[in-house]
Formats: sequence, C-alpha cells, structure tokens
Amino acid sequence: MTQTVEKKAAKGKLAIYWAASCGGCEISILQIDAKILDVDAAFDLVFCPCIADGKVRDIEKMADGEIDVCLFNGGIRNSEQEYMARLLRQKSKVLVAFGSCASEGCIPGLGNLNDRKSIFETVYHQGSATAPENPQNIYPQHETKVPEGILYLPVFYDTLKTLAQTVDVDYFLPGCPPEADNIWKAITAIVEGKLPRKGSTIGVNTTVCEECKRKRNEKKIKKFYRTWEIIPDEETCLLEQGLMCCGIATRAGCGALCPAVNSPCIGCHGPNEGVDDYGARLMSAVASVIDSNNEEEIDRIIAEGIPDPVGTFYRFSLAGSLLRRGSKATVGK
Amino acid sequence: MVNENFEPKIVGFCCNWCSYRAADLAGTARIKYSPNVRVLRVMCSGRVDPSFVMKALASGADGVLIAGCHPGECHYIEQNYKAMRRYSILKHTLRAMGVEPDRVRLVWASAAEGQQLAEAIDLLVADVRKLGPLKWPGNWTENGQREEALETLLKEHEEAFEVLT
Repeated sequence: MTQTVEKKAAKGKLAIYWAASCGGCEISILQIDAKILDVDAAFDLVFCPCIADGKVRDIEKMADGEIDVCLFNGGIRNSEQEYMARLLRQKSKVLVAFGSCASEGCIPGLGNLNDRKSIFETVYHQGSATAPENPQNIYPQHETKVPEGILYLPVFYDTLKTLAQTVDVDYFLPGCPPEADNIWKAITAIVEGKLPRKGSTIGVNTTVCEECKRKRNEKKIKKFYRTWEIIPDEETCLLEQGLMCCGIATRAGCGALCPAVNSPCIGCHGPNEGVDDYGARLMSAVASVIDSNNEEEIDRIIAEGIPDPVGTFYRFSLAGSLLRRGSKATVGK
Repeated sequence: MVNENFEPKIVGFCCNWCSYRAADLAGTARIKYSPNVRVLRVMCSGRVDPSFVMKALASGADGVLIAGCHPGECHYIEQNYKAMRRYSILKHTLRAMGVEPDRVRLVWASAAEGQQLAEAIDLLVADVRKLGPLKWPGNWTENGQREEALETLLKEHEEAFEVLT
C-alpha cells in the first residue's frame, strides 16, 4: 500500500476545507495514524484552515483544476461558505463531500426546521448565553458602516444546503465522522485511480444490520422505548427490544459500532445506494414492524414512542432529504 | 382565505386490486368528481413508500391521496395494514415539518365503491382548496441578500488583491 502511494513521486495537491461542521472530520483524518505520512508523501497540503495557515487568495490565483483532491466537509450555511464551495469546485479535479454534513446536512441541517430569523432570535435574544450581553438586540448585519468604510459579514441562509445542492460533487464519503479505515480506503482509491463512477458514495452497499452481530428474530414492536428508559439485552437485536435502531436503513461501513456497545444506530452513514430519502425509507421499515392493526393503537404507539419524528428519522439527513426543510410558514408555531 | 382560482394538484396512489378499479367504476358509471387527482396505479397501498408522498409534495403537489382495499381485504393478505402504519408514521413526521395533516389522506375503497372513492376525492380536494397551495419548493428560495453577498465577497477580494500587488 505504502509503495503504491509513494510511486506517484510527483506530488499531488490536496485541500481540506470546512464549512458548517464541527471539526470532527479533520480529527478523523488524523485517526489514520502513521499513514498520514504516506498522505504527506503523496500530496502537498495546499489549503486546510484547520491545521495550516493558508490564504484564500492563493487558491483564487490557482489555475482551474490545479488541486488534485479536495476533501470538503460541512454544509453550506452562509454566503462565504457557498463562495468557498464554488471556488474549490473550480480549482479541484476531484471534489469529495467528506462526511455527513457535506453529504446530507447532518446535525447543522436540523436548523432547517427554523429560519434565519428564528435562529438569530434564539442565539442573540432569547435566553441563551449571549443574550444578556446584547441588551440592544443587535443582530448580525450584512453591511456595517465604520469610519474606514463598509465592512461585510457573510449572509446567513434560511436553509442549510448540502454540498451537492450547491456545486457538482464527484464523490461522497459517509459518516459522522467518516471512520479512519474508510478515509484511508478512499484516499488510496483516489491515488490509485480505482474510483467508482462519478457521483457515487465511496463505501459498501449494505446496511448496518449486515455488520451487526446481534441475534435477529421476527420483529414485532408494541412499544418504542427511548434509550434512557431501558437497559437493553446485549445479545438480541435492539429494534426488537423496542429501541429506535436506525441500522435497518443506514449504509454500513462503520462495523456496527454503536449496536456493538449496546447503543442503537442513529444513522450517521445516511441512506444506502439507490435510496432517495433516508427518513422515508426508515419510516417505511419501522412501520412494517409495529405489531398492531388497529388505527388508534398504531397512532398511539407512534406518538408516544417517537415524540420527535424529524430528529429521529432525519437526524443526519434533513437538508439532503426530498423536502429539505420544515415549512417556512410554520416556523416557531 | 379560499382562493376561487386555485385548483389543487393532487397525486393519487390507487391500488391495482380495489381502488384503481373503484376509480374505473366511477368512470364507467359516469360518477362526477373533481378532476384534480392524477391517479397513479400501484400494485398495493403497501407499495406506497413515504418517499413517494415526499417526492410528490416536493415536486409541487398540493395534496396526496393513498387508496387501498379495506383492512382485511388486501389482495396481498395484510399489506394494507402496513400502509396504515406507514401513513400514521408519515403523518406524524409531516406534521412536525409543518405540512398540514389534511393534505395527505389514506382512504379505503373496494372495487365496487366507485361512489365512495369519488366522494373521498371531492372531500380531499375541498379540504386542500381551503388550505391553499402548498408550494413546497418555495421554501427553498433564499432571501434576496444571497446573490448580493456573493458579489460583494468577490469585489472585496479583488480590492484586496489591488492593495497587495
């Protein structure tokens, strides 16, 4: 493996950028351990604000397609991030939507149940830590006039967009964050040119259940439990025990990490190949195993067991789903 | 709020064995009902994945009708019970996303119930007409400052280059 990477002696150019994300994706890249030296042998890191000083103007001065690979993590929350996404698309040969945020919005995407106004109100006005220091209710403005001229802040969007909703994306790498093994596989695939067709997800095409070692019987659920309500049996399928385990609809590749430690899958790897809408597929699967044919009882099981349906079915994929967001007209109602 | 000129666009998923035949019967029996429904034949109401409904709404439909055989009379034994559960869970999620529950409806109609299906369609169309257009893709449009902000950013960077060189 090391030798194949080193054979490409003419060093490629690598960029790693973050938009609306937590920084966990950068940390997960470091988890490939000593192999990071192989990456360094194959690539010059031309841009990575997380760990190296780089200037946007240096990227702007590059020729189109000069960067060989750009790993882009984070969703598009504001105009500056959209600008960077467009710029890096233009300058990169291969643009990878790295991790759940860039692929499908992830946790920042749940902000799509609100809009700019209500998010700003929460952050700068109502009850949050910043509110007491803002007695005049000042909200961020796009333009601010100062004696030296006009200063601009990026415009915060109502709707967080995924990278693919903003620019053309070559490959997707799932996970929150992607696991080190999968990152390494993706990097070697890129270096060796053994890539799947454009637009596909680098990973396996099965679900988490395939990798989960628990015993599975027929699933019949009378009641859903939340994780703090029961201590699940360590051998049996978690969904059978009434825990909302998302493994049935989630792409494998993680080695069923969460079920292995007695915690239900929360679906960070997103939809499997060919699925349009992760949440819809999960709803469809979960509905089939509810053990009742009585309309009222079904409504009750669902209403009591799943109090936050969007946070359950679309925890990682609201921005990338078919509807993309909650209705703007009902924000705050 | 009722807009007289608003004609709701409804996507109707009818099962092959009962509801699609009910719609057929309504036609041959010359029963009049609202022409707002675009009927799609599926083999069973249990085939209607929630993503079909989401896709219809995201593509501009104002409402969705799912019609299947009566509970206990499914051609595939019990798949319409699955449709019932999927509908319940879907309604729960759509409500949380701000879609009015009246826009998506599950009804039962046997092959002999052309009249009932026609009435159910009329009722759904009337309810959706009251709610007004959904215009879901309109939720995605960004506020006007977006283009402007992208342009100022470019301008700023150009000016910064001039200072540098």
